[in-house]
Order: sequence, then C-alpha cells, then structure tokens
Amino acid sequence: MMLTIEGLDLLYGDAQALDDVSLDVPEGAVTAIIGANGAGKTSLIRTVSGILRPARGSIRFEGREIAGLPSHTVCDLGIGQVAEGRQVFPTMTVRENLEMGAVIPRARERAKANLERMLVLFPRLGERLRQAAGTLSGGEQQMLAIGRCLMGEPRVILFDEPSLGLAPAVVQELFRIIKRLRDEGMTIVLVEQNVAASLHLAATAHVLEQGRIVLSGTGPELLDNPKVQEAYLGL
Amino acid sequence: MPLDFYLNVAAGGLLTGLVYGLAALGLSVIFGVVRIVNFAHGELMVIGMYAAVLAAGSLGIDPLLAAPVVAALLFAVGYGLQRGLINRFIDRPDHMQFILLVGVAMVIVNGLLIAFGPDSQSAQVPYAFDAIEIGPLLLDTTKVYAGVGALAVAALLFLFFRLSLTGKAIRACSDNQLGARVVGLNVERLYALTFGLGAATAGIAGCLMTLLVDVRPQLAPEYTLLSFIIVIVGGLGSMGGALLGGVLIGISEAMAGFLILPSMKSMFSYGLLILVLLLRPQGLLGKRP
Repeated sequence: MMLTIEGLDLLYGDAQALDDVSLDVPEGAVTAIIGANGAGKTSLIRTVSGILRPARGSIRFEGREIAGLPSHTVCDLGIGQVAEGRQVFPTMTVRENLEMGAVIPRARERAKANLERMLVLFPRLGERLRQAAGTLSGGEQQMLAIGRCLMGEPRVILFDEPSLGLAPAVVQELFRIIKRLRDEGMTIVLVEQNVAASLHLAATAHVLEQGRIVLSGTGPELLDNPKVQEAYLGL
Repeated sequence: MPLDFYLNVAAGGLLTGLVYGLAALGLSVIFGVVRIVNFAHGELMVIGMYAAVLAAGSLGIDPLLAAPVVAALLFAVGYGLQRGLINRFIDRPDHMQFILLVGVAMVIVNGLLIAFGPDSQSAQVPYAFDAIEIGPLLLDTTKVYAGVGALAVAALLFLFFRLSLTGKAIRACSDNQLGARVVGLNVERLYALTFGLGAATAGIAGCLMTLLVDVRPQLAPEYTLLSFIIVIVGGLGSMGGALLGGVLIGISEAMAGFLILPSMKSMFSYGLLILVLLLRPQGLLGKRP
C-alpha cells in the first residue's frame, strides 16, 4: 500500500469532521472518495497533507508514520496536492507558479527539466508563461495547479474537487489528464463531485458521510450499488 | 524668493523622504505578507539609530558602513520576534495582535530610555557640513548619501522579491497562504524571514536617519506613525507606493517647514493622509481590494 489510513479523527472545536476513517490507497491506481458537501472529503485531504492535524489515528505513507507532520515535510516526502479551488498564486506569473511547485528539496534540482516537461504536457501554459495566473481562465488555472503539483515530483497526488466550476469540455479534458497520469503509474486519490466519471477511473472507492466511511468497494461495484446510484448518480 | 530656493528645499525633502519611504517599505512588506500591523516599527528603526550612533561614537564607524551589520542585527531581532512571539498570535483576533505589538513597542522605548536616557545623541561624521552641488541645487552631503542609500536598499529589496527563490516564495505566501502550504512552503519560517527583512529594512533606515537627525527614544512612536501614514498614502502592499508616499511626505514636510512653520510640518503629513483617504482610499499606487 502506498498510503494506509487508520482510525483517523479530526475535530474542529467540538465538531467532528472525520470519525474513525480507515482506508488504503494502493499504488499506481485511482482511489476515489465520494460524498456530499460537508461529508469531510476536503478535511480528509487536508489532514493527509498535513495542513490539518488529526486528533487521533495513523497515516502511513510507504510505511512511515506521517500523521501530525507539518505540511511542508509531508509535501517533501512526495505527497502532492491539487487543492480545491486551485489555489494558484494570482499575482505571480505562470512560470513563477510552476517554479513554486519545485521549491521543495526533493524536486528543486530538477526544476528546469520539469518545467520543460510541463510545457509539453500543457502547451497552453507555455503560451502564457509571463502572464499573471489570476488572469487565466478557470480551466487554465486548473491545468496550472496540476502542473505546479507535478513540478514537485509527487509519488501520490491528492485531487480535491478538480472539476468544480469548470465548463463541461474542460472537465472532459481534466479527466483525460487524470486518466493519463494513472496510466503512467501515478498513485491518485480523487475527491470528486463528478461521481460517475471518478468511479469509472477508480480501482477502489469509498463513500464518506458525515465524516465516516459508510461504503467501500471497487469502482464498478459502487457504480452498480443501488444506494450510490440513488444518492450520487441521480438514477 | 528665487525658484532655486524652493527647488533646494524640495530636493532636501525628497532625499529625506526616501529614507522615510524605506522605513515604510519595511512596514508594508511585513503587513503585505504576514498580515501583522507592526506597531513597533519605529521602535525597531530607533534601535537601528542607536546602534549606528554607538558605532560612530565608540568605534568611529560611519553609519553608512555600520548599516549592513545593523541590518543583520535587526534581522535577527525581527526573526526571533516572529518565531518566538508573533507566530503564536497569528490566528488570534486583530486587537490581540495590536496589543502584543504595542507592548513590544513600549518595552523597546522604555528599554532605550533606561539605557540611553531621554537626551538627544548624534553620530558625528566628517562630512556633516559638506554640500554637493548639482546644477542649480546645493544639497547637504548627508542628505544625498542618506537618500541614495535608501534608494539602493529599496532596489535591492525589489530585486530580491523578483528574482530570488526565497523572495518569490515570500510573495507566494502573501498571494495565497493555503496555496503556499499546498506546494510545501514552510509558511511559518517564511513569515519569520519576512519579519526579519522588514526589521532589517527599518534598521537600515535608522542608520541613514542618523545622518539627518539626532536620536532620542521618543522618536520611535513618531516614526511608527509616520510609516503608517506613508504606507496608507502610497498604497498598502505596493513597494513603489511606499517610496512614493515617503517622498511626498518628505517634500510636504520640508516645504511646510520652510514656508509656514517647522512645528506645523506634521499637519501637512496628516492633511495629505486625509486627502488620500477621501479621494483614493486604496492609496496612490494601491490596488482596489
């Protein structure tokens, strides 16, 4: 297992955002996490990445305990993140945004080569290198956020609602990119409101409700599950 | 009265204003990144002034040469303050941060009073009474050195933020704190670096200021307030705005002191502040929020 989460609790004051969450993230596959707004998906991503501190529980990454480590240490171990709302640096240029993705020590030396790679992967970013990231369209910003994450040479990428607020055509392109990353062997945790598309990509999937995992299975199993169909697929 | 006379006064004000602007630049950088209002900014500047006066008095070192050492000293003070004290208050309400920094300011002023007493002290430099002639202008050598020094340090700071990886990382923190954590930047450390840089900038401005005025502990709150006025006039978060605001305040003070009464010069700084708040609340070079 690339990531093993066990008995994870997260508290916001008295409110419990994650309640005894346990799940495995196998290497080289997509693990999808679905759930309604406020179910705790973003909380889970931010706890794994070290931005939030869990009250209890364990997170092991390649055998090493990382629960409670600060985000810059977790990121440098190889856990990359494409955060909800893209979180680019709006007044900085596209090039500077990409450079920031490679500030962590694990990737700093190869920043130049990786930048070239990103421009091949996302030609549209190449055309806009000197433009402020805040002036890009939503889709372009999402590509930038993914490129910035890849600049850090992650071993696993946590995607948090990457399709949120994007036009349908851009969403298709986004899923093509995620599929391509998976086919190249990247380990991916995908939190998505676009449940059908993410279950099609996922090897395993988990349903989060009120901070608890209520259902787990393979992607196809959950696609066929009547509860999932009713609650998340609108069938 | 001949035009040259006015020009001379304005040029002197401009050079002094560049030093004001440099001090304000430090304040603006700290606020722009850490979102902390440094109520102890003038106090840090006055620490720099005393350090320069001591270096000149006991070791005979020119304040211009002492500036890099003073900058390093104040960087350490600023870094330590942020790491040890202010970081603990970063998620607390604004008024708690205000009280913390007002407290730091009072400790510094009264510490300086205990150490050096309330009387003015000055740094003696051999060129104190020299003048430099540029076209129709006859400028005090001290003012020229101070103004040009301030401009040079501001330019260095600007280049640091544009070109160095650390400078860009600091800008990233100010642009989007969550984004900075997402890419694995150590935000707390960068905040401490930024506070250190802002304090070092205030320290250098203090060294330059000793060429122009005598130092006493009670200057500190005046400079804190002056830096606030300049930053608001120039536009929060704009480096060019801080320098421009400093120059405008410098010139208006000099002209008011010359044309009306030296004791009324502050009235014009505040007048300018009120005008800017009425007509362009985001500051001259500030962006609309």
